[in-house]
Parts: sequence; C-alpha cells; structure tokens
Amino acid sequence: MDPAPIQFEPIAEDALLLRFGERMDAALNERVRAAVLTLRHQLPRFEYIPAYASVLMRFDPLACHGATISSHEALQREVLAALGKGEALIHALREQEIPVCYRGAYGPDLPQVAQYLDLPIDEVITRHVSAEYQVAMIGFAPGFPYLLGLDPALAMPRRRDPRQRVPAGSVGIGGVQSGIYPDQLPGGWQLIGRTPLRLFDATATPPSLLAAGDLVRFRAIDENEFRHLEAEQLR
Amino acid sequence: MSVSVLKPGLLSTIQDAGRPGHAAAGVGRAGAMDIPAWRLANALVGNRGGEAALECTLLGPTLRFEQAGWIALTGAPIPAHIGAFHVPPWTACRISAGSVLELGGMAVGCRSYLAVRGGLNVPPVLGSRSTDLHARLGHHGGRALQAGDVLPIGPLSDVHAEADTDSIHALSWGLDPQPWFDFASSAITLCHGSHWPHLAPAAQERVYGSRFSVGQDSNRTASRLDGQRLQLRAPLELISEAALPGTVQLPPSGHPIVLMAEAPVTGGYPRIGQVAAVDLPRLAQRRPGDAVCFRHDTLERAVVRLNEREQALNAMLAQVAQRLQRDGLIRA
Repeated sequence: MDPAPIQFEPIAEDALLLRFGERMDAALNERVRAAVLTLRHQLPRFEYIPAYASVLMRFDPLACHGATISSHEALQREVLAALGKGEALIHALREQEIPVCYRGAYGPDLPQVAQYLDLPIDEVITRHVSAEYQVAMIGFAPGFPYLLGLDPALAMPRRRDPRQRVPAGSVGIGGVQSGIYPDQLPGGWQLIGRTPLRLFDATATPPSLLAAGDLVRFRAIDENEFRHLEAEQLR
Repeated sequence: MSVSVLKPGLLSTIQDAGRPGHAAAGVGRAGAMDIPAWRLANALVGNRGGEAALECTLLGPTLRFEQAGWIALTGAPIPAHIGAFHVPPWTACRISAGSVLELGGMAVGCRSYLAVRGGLNVPPVLGSRSTDLHARLGHHGGRALQAGDVLPIGPLSDVHAEADTDSIHALSWGLDPQPWFDFASSAITLCHGSHWPHLAPAAQERVYGSRFSVGQDSNRTASRLDGQRLQLRAPLELISEAALPGTVQLPPSGHPIVLMAEAPVTGGYPRIGQVAAVDLPRLAQRRPGDAVCFRHDTLERAVVRLNEREQALNAMLAQVAQRLQRDGLIRA
C-alpha cells in the first residue's frame, strides 16, 4: 500500500507545514527524516524542522513576491517535484551512547515509577538500558531529544505537578517517550536518571549532541563514574 | 567604546534580528519583539543594519556612555534625559563622553529600542547577539541586563571622524512614530490555523466578537490572553510539531497563548490561528492589561500586507540614510 499523501498546510507567511500523519510512530518518523534529507539536498535554500510526523519548512516570503501564484503553492510544487524524483539518500545513522546514573538523587522519580509500573527498580533500569532508541525530533529547548523506542512496559503519564527546575542531564519518561533535559528547565516528565554528558553547547559545532535520526543507547553508570565523566566534561 | 549599566530597568535585553537556521537543534530565533522599531533605531544612528540594540521593557535602564557617540530611541515612547537635556524619541542624538542616560517608564506600549552607533558589540552566539531568555543564549548566558554590566560598542569604521566635542544635542529632524507605533491599539489580524474548525462555534464567535486582555504572565516567549475562555468541540490529542512566533495555541485552560519572539520550536497544543506577521510587532507593544481584539484575514492577504510594510520600511530606511548623508553623519 502506498503511504498516505503529504498534507500541505500554509501556517504562516514564511512557513509551510508538510504533514505525513498524525501519530507518534517509527515508520512515519522515518518518512519525515527521509524527506528532510532529500529536501535539504535538493532545495537547500530553505530551512527544515522535522517533528514526529511533520516537517516545517521556512522560507523568505519577500523573495517570492511578484509571482502569479502564492509562494506557498509554488513551494508545494517544488517539494513534490523534489520528493517525486524517487532518489532516496542513504544516510549513515549515528549511534550515541549516553551514560546514565539511575541511582538516588539522580533518578528522583524512580521509586514511584517502579511502584506505578509494578516492577522492581532494577527491572525498570534493565528495561530502560536494553532498548534502542531513535531521536524522533529535537524540540522544547535547545538540544532536547524526543526519543522513540521506549519499552511499552515503561510508559507512564507525566507528573501531575511539573517541576520548576529539572536538573540538566535528567533522563525522563513522558508517556511513551523518553527524553533528556539538556539544561536546567521546568518539566513534568518522570525523572529516572541523569547523564553527565552535555547535550547542548552553543560554542560547539554542531551545538546539539544529538540530531533527529540518531540512534541512542543508555548505559548504566554508578555515582563515581558520573562524577568522573562530569569532571571530564568541564575540562 | 563601552556603555555601563547603572540601573538595569525592568527587563532590558540585547536584541538583533535573532538566530534563524537552528530550529532543528531546538534553538528558536528570538530577536527583537518589534523588528521595524529596532531597524529604524539602527537607521537613525547611521548603523548599516543588523547591529544589536537594547530592548527595554516598560521601565528603561540608566546607562553611562564612556565615550561620545550617537543614540536613538524608537518603539514605545519613553521619557529620556541626560541631566537637564530631554532626549527626543525617534531622533538621533549626540551624546558626550560620560553622558548618563536616564530612561523612565513608558506611559503606553511595552517595548522601546535604544540603538547606539556601532551597535552593542557583545560576542555573538550561533550568529546572533540576541538574548534568548527562554533558551539562555546570548549576553552573559542569556540574561537581562544587570547593574554593573559593561557593554562594548562596535567600531564606527565607515563614519566620518568627528570632533570629540562635549556637546549633547538632537538632530533637527526625527521620524513620525506612526505608522510604526500603533497608538490606536487596532485589531490584530488572525489567520486561521489547522485546528480552527475544532473550536466550538460559540468559541469561534468569541474570538472575533469580544475583547481579550494581555495576561500578567506574558513575556518574550508568549502573550497570554485572558478575558475569554475558548472551548474545543471535543478534546484533541496531538503530537508535538513545529511552532512559530505568531502561532495562537489553545492549552487546556481555554485561554489562548500567542507565541512571540522566543517561541519554543515545537509545541503540542491545538493551533487555532496565526497572527499576521505585520501585526506581531503591534501585539508585542501591548502590555499586561491592554486589550486585544482580533479580525480575520487570509494568509494570502497577510503576505501582501507584509510586502507592503517591508517596502514602506525599506523606503523609510533609505530616506533616513540619505538625510544622514546630507547632514554629513554618514558617508555616501
């Protein structure tokens, strides 16, 4: 069966949304990323922002002025032509290991999570490190990865009382998603661990450690290793 | 060349056009809330365009200029004095070394722009000097000005060497703040978003038939609209997708939120509309408590109006540059 056609939604003077579907789904996200890859290659003058099931395209509406059809319609044709050429770019997936300390103060919600899921704490950790994740999108804050691939047995609603300050590096569960807070931020996800890695550094190239499509594995570390790696990051 | 912050004002941040191109890494654009006012302020002091200026909110800062130079204020009218000298708005003013500029509280509007010839030359982050308070990027880790801050001023390479006089004076001409500042608080244009049809019919009527007011917790990230609660026909379960400045979201509280310059790059609330880009600077000038009414228009019309505004703005910038050349303040 052919995949559903792309829905085009002109959402602002300088933005066109390409919607591939309405679900949080690995196959759909794969289509999004493949499209972004092709479009960045074929139509590099625009900015593309991938999400779970859609891509936002931003352009300069003043550069298109004077055309007989609206810039959104013209762009839609360009996008369809670019994607219709059928040449898929094969992109080597980057794999990133994220060390995480799940213990004590590093994972303040772990006891409640284990209780809610009716699993021993060790089992929650084992299941969290056993899965392979993929970055579906970066959003919410600079460098914040939304990860697909959480073991369904670990899915859990967000906290009823969101925290004003989630510590940088916190690894959380929000529904069927897992994510990592790159900086101290407000947040409602269940915090089960913390990584000493810096996920976002404005002076680095690229500034975000992770990008949409990257594969992620978590590795459980103890507090000593956390402190050691944290010190290394500061150097 | 530098300027020292004696009093920071309520919320003064360094702003330029923002940092486009990094949304895929989760970094929003930020930048000045009232872009036309920021561009005109730069033009008035003979900057090339793009230089960082100060965005003041409701109550301005007190600043000491260590060297002589040129400044201009645009945006919301703000009382401004250097000693007994009254600094007129929308006008280039010559200041002397040691001038202490005292900015007061705005009687109307929310944001004033102070441009300095040469620009505020703080180190750029990801290509911009804009302070993003939400993402904590820019000047001093993305924070507002504090007393004691010293802001470097950029070089004035293409400007005539000037006698370093002690004179403080304003040029004999300035700009009419209209139409750049919206004294009439006119209706804000709304284009419908993809979830507009999901609004209950009564809520759709209420969007256009009633007044909202800007909420107290509004900031550079969002203008929160109070006064009317809007209901959906049925709850919508949505996954996160891209968000933009101007996007009108409807959270479960029923009070709509208009995302502003520091909009996060993604959001998961229903998107009921998009404020026309030409009207976003007007909304940015509404302060907590101010009324907001909406009128509907199509995105096509909004693009046309954006073009017209841009042409008018470019014509004004060119006129200002010509005038400064004639006055001998910038080179041809």
